[in-house]
Amino acid sequence: MIDNLVIPLIKIVVVLSATLSAVAYSVLLERKVIAWVQSRLGPMRVGPYGILQPIADALKLIVKEDITPVRADKWVFTAAPILSMVPALIVYAVIPFGPTVQMFGHPVSLYVTDINVGLLYIVSVASVGVYGIILAGYASNSKYPLLASLRASAQLISYEVAVTLTLVSVILMSGSLSMVSIVRAQESSGMWYAFVQPLAFGIFFIGGLAETNRAPFDMAEAEQELTGGFHTEYSGMRFALFFLAEYANVIVVSSVATALFLGGWLRPFPNVAMLSFLGIVPGWVWFLLKSFFFLYVFIWVRATLPRYRYDQLMRIGWKVLIPLAIGNLVLTGIVKVLLM
Amino acid sequence: METSTIHHGAMFDTEELVINMGPQHPSTHGVLRVVLRLEGETVVDSDVVIGYLHRGVEKLSENRSWTQIVLLTDRLDYVAAAISNAGYCETVEKLMSVEVPRRARYIRTILSELQRIASHLLWVGTHAMDIGAMTVFLYAFRERELILDLFEEMCGARLTYNSMRIGGLPQDVPPGWDKKVLEFCTIMTAKVGEYEQLLTHNRIWLERTKGVGVISGPEAVALGLSGPPLRGSGVPRDVRKDEPYAAYDEMQFDVPVGTAGDTYDRYLVRMEELYQSIRIIRQATEGIPEGPIVGKVPRLIKPPAGETYHAVESPKGELGYFIVSDGKSTSPYRFRVRPPSFCNLQGLRRLIKGHLVADVVALIGSLDVVLGEVDR
Repeated sequence: MIDNLVIPLIKIVVVLSATLSAVAYSVLLERKVIAWVQSRLGPMRVGPYGILQPIADALKLIVKEDITPVRADKWVFTAAPILSMVPALIVYAVIPFGPTVQMFGHPVSLYVTDINVGLLYIVSVASVGVYGIILAGYASNSKYPLLASLRASAQLISYEVAVTLTLVSVILMSGSLSMVSIVRAQESSGMWYAFVQPLAFGIFFIGGLAETNRAPFDMAEAEQELTGGFHTEYSGMRFALFFLAEYANVIVVSSVATALFLGGWLRPFPNVAMLSFLGIVPGWVWFLLKSFFFLYVFIWVRATLPRYRYDQLMRIGWKVLIPLAIGNLVLTGIVKVLLM
Repeated sequence: METSTIHHGAMFDTEELVINMGPQHPSTHGVLRVVLRLEGETVVDSDVVIGYLHRGVEKLSENRSWTQIVLLTDRLDYVAAAISNAGYCETVEKLMSVEVPRRARYIRTILSELQRIASHLLWVGTHAMDIGAMTVFLYAFRERELILDLFEEMCGARLTYNSMRIGGLPQDVPPGWDKKVLEFCTIMTAKVGEYEQLLTHNRIWLERTKGVGVISGPEAVALGLSGPPLRGSGVPRDVRKDEPYAAYDEMQFDVPVGTAGDTYDRYLVRMEELYQSIRIIRQATEGIPEGPIVGKVPRLIKPPAGETYHAVESPKGELGYFIVSDGKSTSPYRFRVRPPSFCNLQGLRRLIKGHLVADVVALIGSLDVVLGEVDR
């Protein structure tokens, strides 16, 4: 009873609330890091060093007037932010934050569930989130959002293929689709897949930037061109949902990259006995540190790089990343067969 | 504008999308309105609509005394007010045949070049921001702040300086100011390198700017472009070199020109102009002569009947004033400005044709227009 019902429920509550606060605070982190890059201070007013800023932001957005444009498609307009936010959250169900540990006499795994098609689940659920953006642009019945949603759909289709192909290389290496087994496979082979599959890692990271609509591939919301893009017509909490979904997706990509390429909860060099003192640090801390590293790189890239143009992005996707990903996949298969 | 239907074979009908960019748009740099006709994201044709910032400066000037007009010229190109001041004062001096003391001409040169750097900094920041590189914007504004401080010390204002008078300057430089200017030159040289590090060899920047908005030299001349958009196309026209004013005939500097005439070349030209401006400021500050700062000007300014045209090189291009005096009244009979932004904006329709929406904002930025000057 406890193991089957109570513990999973507690885990869901913990993961959801932790995720939502992490999302809110990653907004603050982004504002702070970009401010430091740009020799500014960032938010400083709400709480010491602005640490209460996300709460103030949320309050402001909740009490704002909720506007639906007269000409908008009302139902789709309402559904789009939900469709964007929910997939970003339910992906966390299969993210392995750590191994199974003993807690109050019960074995507790530090993930909500470990399904045998975990990676497939992530890929498919994450693609649903794209519909949120496409429908938002369509339902607004306004020209700028429409252009943005056209861009978003083209962009996401081209990057999904490359990213999924790199995931197949990882699956070939690990022989399993389960997130936990992939981390375990890295433990037994003694190598993080980032070192075995550097190309796949690179493509996954670039594709991750594009999939989450982040700079330098943020053309769907391109503030300077499309005045906010797909969320131009949104205000208040609905806008906030899009905003939070973006950051939730960034954390998802960071966590997936951590699990697939940086050994998840494993300490650095898991098979080197000399470094076993690093084992004192619990696995979930390693996981969070590594994810945090990705999150930081995402923000860093945004502060540094200009934006690609829509056609250039498509060219990179179809003419560079997809051929490279296919080549990498074929090579992985050949090496795997030869080694067997 | 109505939408028109294009027929692509028998199967599909596609409609052109008419999209209104501005006057409320983050990247039209003020109240510029561009009506775009798009096919997909490609601009088929466009219509540039101006006039949202019209204040009637030219007509107003006909009812102001000659000295009061200096103040109105501040409001033309408000990011380069000192150069507008200089242009107006020199035109009236030419009309009155007033000799400006050498010291005043040197200080005018220093102020003009500081102003050029400030204007180019604003340009590099906003242009980079339009293309998505937001950090450059804050770096550029950080250094622009230093220039504004120098101006504040010199004439008390930070944006609309009213910093020149007919026949010279309202006041001499404050003590120690020249040292601060030289210090600023040292800082600025290093900082321009910093922007270049972020942009000049950045792959994304190159892809976004190379081959975008190409215009040949003869075509640029035909469109009436001037300043960096003209020099980017390889035409070495610079009023400072060709018809020297202030103390430019005594300064050593180069006029950078581009080769391809695209957005990237216009970018390179302006970046090199930053270095050249620093070079001029150094020479002028080190060689500043002693002497009076105002020439022999009557208390009541009343130029003799006649007309004249005089141009200066503003950061945007050739800024000219055409002034007619009837010799009787204390205000001009006709006051006409040839604003570089307005003339350069003529090229926008030609430049954005066939490009994508993302390039439109890059090209508006690349022309570096200030709407205060376009609409007057």
